[in-house]
Amino acid sequence: MENFTPVSAALGGVLIGLSAVLLWLTHGRIAGISGIVGGLLTPRTRDVGWRAAFILGLIAGPPIVAALAGGMPPVAVTSSAGLLIVGGLLVGYGTRLGSGCTSGHGVCGLARLSPRSIVATGVFLTAAITTVLVTRHLIGV
Amino acid sequence: MLQIVTAVVAGLLFGAGLTVSQMVNPAKVIGFLDIGGNWDPSLAFVLAGAVGTVALGFLFVRRRLSAPLFAAAFDPPSARGIDRNLVFGAVLFGIGWGLVGLCPGPALAALAIAPAKVALFVAAMLAGMAGFAVFQSFAARRKQAR
Repeated sequence: MENFTPVSAALGGVLIGLSAVLLWLTHGRIAGISGIVGGLLTPRTRDVGWRAAFILGLIAGPPIVAALAGGMPPVAVTSSAGLLIVGGLLVGYGTRLGSGCTSGHGVCGLARLSPRSIVATGVFLTAAITTVLVTRHLIGV
Repeated sequence: MLQIVTAVVAGLLFGAGLTVSQMVNPAKVIGFLDIGGNWDPSLAFVLAGAVGTVALGFLFVRRRLSAPLFAAAFDPPSARGIDRNLVFGAVLFGIGWGLVGLCPGPALAALAIAPAKVALFVAAMLAGMAGFAVFQSFAARRKQAR
């Protein structure tokens, strides 16, 4: 457990929470990333403005923090190109079919004690842990 | 204007939180999911910090306001009940998340830090989302025709 960073993790979590509270307070919308992005990718797209603005901020946030902290955070992507494509497709399709991801179900849904989100979070965590167990320890992708 | 500014600020806060907590790093996320290996429980603290803040914040908003500041009404998720789509979607998402270590928020947030590999994942993710929208409208049209 030498990589354990509880303080920065909890602090980052509070910032994510504040973002969700701000979006609820000002727009009355749930800060679910797959929902915000997916809302731009439907045949009849409405309310493009706030969705695009939120995504712009989301992409700009990390380089700004990096500039303030004086260095880019490590982003170690070890997956092959094929795995990145398969993983991306599964994440994109799955989050839309299941109406949410780690932020919408995992953060906002759990905080609202939504039964759907509690089930979804339990299921995707179990699926992800099982996938890591299989790929990293049994077959070694 | 304030609508757009507050949405940008919310996005910035979200991206900053993912950076500070290192959730933008797939290796860190895999470390949390890898309970059979060198387990790193940090991500549970991210979740706890975020859930706690949202629970308190939403409670505060509900007590003070009957409508959001820049919209006509609060717009909570309308879906009810645990159905097959919810569970099957969560399974697919979990497999993809475990394969790469990226979920939608961190994938977008990592775009500007590690563009080359992350962009490929984001492109596939957007294709998956668009594919779902196409499939859904096709299914709706077929249902209408019957």
